[in-house]
Amino acid sequence: MANTAEQVAASCAESGDDRSRLLDVLLAVQRRLGHIDEAAIDAVAARLRVPRVDVAGVVSFYSFLADEPRGRVVIRLCNDVPDLMMGVERVAEGLEEELGIRFGESTADGSFTLEWTSCIGMSDQAPAALFNDVVVPNLGPGAARRLVRELRAHPEVTDLRRLLVREYGDGQNSHDVVRAAVKNNLRRAGAVIFGTREPEAGLRKALAMSPAEVIREVKTARLRGRGGAGFPTGMKWEFARAGDTGPRWLIANADEGEPGTFKDRVILTERPDLLFEGMTIAGYALGAARGLLYLRGEYAYLRAYLEHLLAGRRAAGLLGEQVCGKAGFAFDIRIQMGAGAYVCGEETALISSCEGLRGDPKNRPPFPAQRGYLGRPTSVNNVETLCCVPRILEMGSGWFASLGSRRSTGTKLLSISGDCTRRGVYEVPLGVRLREVLEMCGAEEPIAVQVGGPSGQMVGTADFDREICFDELATGGALVVFGAGRNPLDIASKYMAFFVHESCGYCTPCRVGNVLLKERLDRILAGRGEPADLDYLQALAQTVKTASRCGLGQTSPNPVLSTLRNFRWAYEALVRAPVGGEQPGFDIAARLAEAAALTGRESIHFGSGREVR
Amino acid sequence: MTSAPFTLSVDGRAIAAQPGQTILEAADAAGVYVPRLCWMKDLLPSGSCRVCTVRVNGRPQAACTQPAAAGMVVENDTEELRALRRDLIDMLFVEGNHFCMFCEKSGNCELQALAYRFGITAPKYPYLFPRRELDASHPEVLLDRNRCVMCARCLRASRALDGKAVFGFTGRGPAKRLAVNSATGLAGTDLAATDRAVAACPTGSLLVKQVGYAVPVGRRRFDHAPIGSDVAPAAGE
Repeated sequence: MANTAEQVAASCAESGDDRSRLLDVLLAVQRRLGHIDEAAIDAVAARLRVPRVDVAGVVSFYSFLADEPRGRVVIRLCNDVPDLMMGVERVAEGLEEELGIRFGESTADGSFTLEWTSCIGMSDQAPAALFNDVVVPNLGPGAARRLVRELRAHPEVTDLRRLLVREYGDGQNSHDVVRAAVKNNLRRAGAVIFGTREPEAGLRKALAMSPAEVIREVKTARLRGRGGAGFPTGMKWEFARAGDTGPRWLIANADEGEPGTFKDRVILTERPDLLFEGMTIAGYALGAARGLLYLRGEYAYLRAYLEHLLAGRRAAGLLGEQVCGKAGFAFDIRIQMGAGAYVCGEETALISSCEGLRGDPKNRPPFPAQRGYLGRPTSVNNVETLCCVPRILEMGSGWFASLGSRRSTGTKLLSISGDCTRRGVYEVPLGVRLREVLEMCGAEEPIAVQVGGPSGQMVGTADFDREICFDELATGGALVVFGAGRNPLDIASKYMAFFVHESCGYCTPCRVGNVLLKERLDRILAGRGEPADLDYLQALAQTVKTASRCGLGQTSPNPVLSTLRNFRWAYEALVRAPVGGEQPGFDIAARLAEAAALTGRESIHFGSGREVR
Repeated sequence: MTSAPFTLSVDGRAIAAQPGQTILEAADAAGVYVPRLCWMKDLLPSGSCRVCTVRVNGRPQAACTQPAAAGMVVENDTEELRALRRDLIDMLFVEGNHFCMFCEKSGNCELQALAYRFGITAPKYPYLFPRRELDASHPEVLLDRNRCVMCARCLRASRALDGKAVFGFTGRGPAKRLAVNSATGLAGTDLAATDRAVAACPTGSLLVKQVGYAVPVGRRRFDHAPIGSDVAPAAGE
């Protein structure tokens, strides 16, 4: 108890006893105590003067915060679709056998906890897992067991990288502060993000201009948000700037959680200075003196490296009181860690999370540009978007607009995984045809491609000649390729499971509707669907899409809607019409078994039910 | 922002609105009923139940959070939106464990009343039968999470009207639950039976003990006129 009080006090003090830093406080408490129990919740609540139910609400919201004791090593195995395609279930069996526990459990000696987790941004090197903060990519069942044995044999080793990382990945993954096994798999560098550049040239040009001129340049380049929504960046900044005077905020959204997306991870590894330069220019254009980099919890392994680079920028005068010696322009960046919640990639949920709240999206209006972080005008921009900005300033808006297509200028990073031979990151001009991309990545006779992750759409061969751009096949970057033998409905069901897990639960349609969509989809997959279920799914999906409060629920029915549209044959092959009043959806054998278990005897009329069918 | 009244159109009818009003407030003042559940007078809207979804210039919006604006074209009582609201009410029934036939709140329950108004006799979605905890620890108030619809009215009323913080939420998605501000249950909080938070519950999730079934059938809140009749008489009346 005394220890809890001390550790909580230290954790709160670290964040300046600021209740808006509750997420940081709780991450610190967990780092010190292993988990956040009732006593710790009470202590945090008392010290920060927050109702304890609010602290408990935050702890229970984020997947990476735990209110129960966990092992010294928490193994989080990624259960995203590419991992399942690469045999993660065998890795799971191997781990369960080796540890003698099931998923969701901890070993009795307090050494290990085993959990499933959503996409960790390693789809090109699946199956992948996190061992605490350490990423273990390309994990096979044998290797998984071997690593567990090593960890068990060397409990004295605190830096798990020493045991888990056999070989460093390429590029900066081998940097002394990173030392990760992660690979960049950068297959194609384009002109904007991974092209050759003169560092800080864009920033220096921007500072020689007025903020309004910088915004005009970005608008002339017709830069649109790279996170998926495609909102014009310059307009977003203008709105935030038009708000009242006083503090404004710039937030870089590095909560890359859309399953199958991992391009920001490669930016954060190979082009972090371009991002920081872009954030600084955005801060100047907006009139923001402070920026936050919201880094998803899954990328915690990059945190020390990014902090190291930020310190270097401060020392070089690129951040601080007078950026590049420019009088009157102060700007600095703080890294805000996330804690395992996909919905926090939604900009208002991200702001809630930065404020130490549950990651619930906020009602709009007011929009973040009017009242965002801590009630102040805020612009939230995607990492890739911010990286385009210095290049636009350096090379000119005309150069940028000459790349890509008319309404979709510039290049786009694609994260490609699944059934293809060259998985990885590709920087391509916007407007490229899907077919060309599939050739680039070595996809042999694909039957389907998930464009834009589960919130995007699953397209079939009929759509392969469409363009990847904001107005046709829009994508935040994820492309998962499916070859012959994959079942589109099975994939859709996995994606619905993801949305059920990641819904914040604030609004009715998303909280309940996704569960109902998955129920009916699974019923069809089990061979108990009937033709009328297709209309049922269509109507239900439309209700969830129309009535949901934020982008999560407005897009979560897309796996169902796009498969109904593009893979209707897969549904039709599974459903069967009711015959003679029988309902295919009703599993009489299962219901009778349930009744028998409750009553302790078989039904007098139907027996076990097998002969009924 | 202008301070002059303005007009907007709701289902083709021009209604007057004051600056600062939401669509729902303006509609109420004009005698147009927009169905709602999580909305409650004197509280900031939460926009969570989505029952008040309308189309504004074609785009779906929650009427309780969307500010009214001059010239807005609002669709409210359309076949599409009636179906959408029915679906949402259905969802609220199947995600909890509601048992109207012996619930003390029957006849005074806003969820039940909405179902009647929308002609729902049985939900079209399968029941999810969630496991939810009951908290009978408080001497005067019962909390039955089986009947909770996550409207946050108790949560908001406790904070905004009672000056307390008795309620909150834990978990997320389908695992989201109403929680109380104490590790020992409702008895460990400073809740009083007279708190506005208790009366704010639209269903039988928060009940004052020892006064059950005090109002006989025939004299309950919704026995004679459907919910919303205080704003506008329902069709067929």
